[in-house]
Amino acid sequence: MKLDQELMWLTGGVVGLLVIASLIGWWLAARAQSDSTREVIANLNARTRAWWYMTAVFVLALASGGIGSIVLFGVTSFLALREFLTLTPTRAGDHRALFWAFFIVTPVQYVLLGVGFYGLFTIFIPVYVFLILPIRTAAAGETENFLQRIAKIQWGLMICVYCCSHAPAILTMLDIPGYIGENGKLLYFFVLICELSDVLQYVFGKLFGKHKVSPVSPNKTWEGLIGGVAVTVGIGSALWWATPFSPLQAAGMTLVICLMGFGGGLVMSAIKRDRGIKDWGNAIRGHGGILDRIDSLCFAAPVFFHLTRYYFMN
Amino acid sequence: MIQSALAMITRLFTGATPLWKGCQPEIRPRIYFANHTSHFDALVLWASLPGEVRSLTRPVAARDYWEEGFFRNYIASNIFNAILIERKRPTRSNNPIETMLNAIGEQGSLIVFPEGGRFSGPDPVEFKSGLFHLAKKRPDIELVPVLLDNLNRILPKGEMLPLPLICSVVYGAPMHLEPGEPKKVFLARARQAVMDLREPSHGSHSS
Repeated sequence: MKLDQELMWLTGGVVGLLVIASLIGWWLAARAQSDSTREVIANLNARTRAWWYMTAVFVLALASGGIGSIVLFGVTSFLALREFLTLTPTRAGDHRALFWAFFIVTPVQYVLLGVGFYGLFTIFIPVYVFLILPIRTAAAGETENFLQRIAKIQWGLMICVYCCSHAPAILTMLDIPGYIGENGKLLYFFVLICELSDVLQYVFGKLFGKHKVSPVSPNKTWEGLIGGVAVTVGIGSALWWATPFSPLQAAGMTLVICLMGFGGGLVMSAIKRDRGIKDWGNAIRGHGGILDRIDSLCFAAPVFFHLTRYYFMN
Repeated sequence: MIQSALAMITRLFTGATPLWKGCQPEIRPRIYFANHTSHFDALVLWASLPGEVRSLTRPVAARDYWEEGFFRNYIASNIFNAILIERKRPTRSNNPIETMLNAIGEQGSLIVFPEGGRFSGPDPVEFKSGLFHLAKKRPDIELVPVLLDNLNRILPKGEMLPLPLICSVVYGAPMHLEPGEPKKVFLARARQAVMDLREPSHGSHSS
C-alpha cells in the first residue's frame, strides 16, 4: 500500500471537514441560549472530537500497510461482538460456544482475510461456524430456548464479524485491473462514504427533520434521509478519481452504500428498542458504543465488496 | 503500583464502568455491600473505585479460604490488603465485627458480600447479620448498596475461561439503620436496595 497523492487529498479533505465542523461547533457553543440547546451542542462537539481520534486511528492504520487496517477492523469486530453479546441474554450452557466465538471464530476470520484465502473467508462463518457452534451448545446440554440462543450468537457473529470483515477485505481480495496496489483508497472511499452518510443524515435530520421514516427510531426522518443521501451521493461521485469507478458508477455505488447503511441503522435500532436501550455501550464519547458507530458500515460492506468484485474484477 | 496496574487491566477486560447512581466516590467511612455471584466480584468492585478511594478500601474475605497456600495469601495481604475474618469459629478474641470496625477507623471503607458466599440464582439470597451489627455499632458509617451485573456471565460457576463481556458496577444511595429497626427488616431492606439497582432491561441470564 503506498501513500499516494490521491490518498493525501482524501485525508486533507477529511481534515478540512473536521476543522470546519470543530469551528462551527465552537461557534454554536458560544451562542447557545437554553440548557437543552447546550446539551445538543455539547453532544455534537463530543462527536466531532471523537471523529478526530477515529480519523487519526484509521489513517495511521491504513498508512501502516494492509496489516494495520486488518488488525484495526479485527479489534473493532471483537469489541462490537462484545457489546452485542453483553446485551443479549444467553445462558450458562452457552459459555463455551461464546468463548469460541470470541477467541477462535473472530481471529480465524481475520487471519483468513489477512492471508487472502477467499474461498474459506466467505463460507467460514455462514457454513462451518453455523453448523459447529450449535453442536457445541447442544453438547453442553441446556435445551431451554435452544434455537433462540444459538440464533442470537450466530446473528451477532454474522453482523459484527462476518459483515464487518468485508470492509478490510477490500484490501486483500479485490484485484481490479488498472487499480492494483491502490485498494487502500477504495477502503478509504467506502468508509468515508458510510460515515459521511451517517453524519449528513444526522445533520439534515436535526436541521429539517419532521416526518419519521419508521416508528423504530425517532432520529431517522425522511428529510434527513433524502437530504443526507443526496449530498453524500454528490460527494461520492465527485470522488470518482480515487476509485476504479466512473463518476456515474461512483454515484451508484455511493447510493447503494447509503441505502444499505440506513437500513443497517434501522435494523440495529429495532434490536436496541426491543432490548429497551438507547446505545450499545459507551466506548466512544458522544456516539455511544462501537456498534452504534459501525452498524451502517456492517450492512453496507458485504454488498459493496461483492458488487465491486462482480463488476470490476474482470 | 501493582494495584493500579491490576485495577486498570481489570477495568479494560471487564469493561467495568462504575455508575454512581445514588452517591459519589468519597473518602469517608463507608461499607460497600454487594451481591456475590462470581470469583471476580471483589476485584471488579475494588477496581471500579477511583485510586485514592481504592487505597483506603479493603475487601472483607474468609480466612479459611484466603490463608490457604502462598499464592492466595500473597494476593489477599499484599495486593488487596484484605481483612480476613473467621467465618467458621468466631470467638470473642477473633470477633469479625470488631476486626472490621477497627479496619474502618476514621476514613477507611470496606467491601462486603453479606450473602456469605457465592450463589448463582437470579436474586441474592438472604443477608447474614454482620451488616446489621456493623450499622448498629457505628451509625455514622454510610452503607452503600452496590449491584454487580453480568459478572456471573463472565465466569459462571464451574468454568475456567472468562468471557470478555461487559459488566456494570452500580452504586446506590447510602442507607443507615433506622432507630429501633429490627434486624430482619433492616437486612431485607438492604437486600432490596441492591436488587432495586437493576435496570429493568439489562441483558443477563434469562432464567
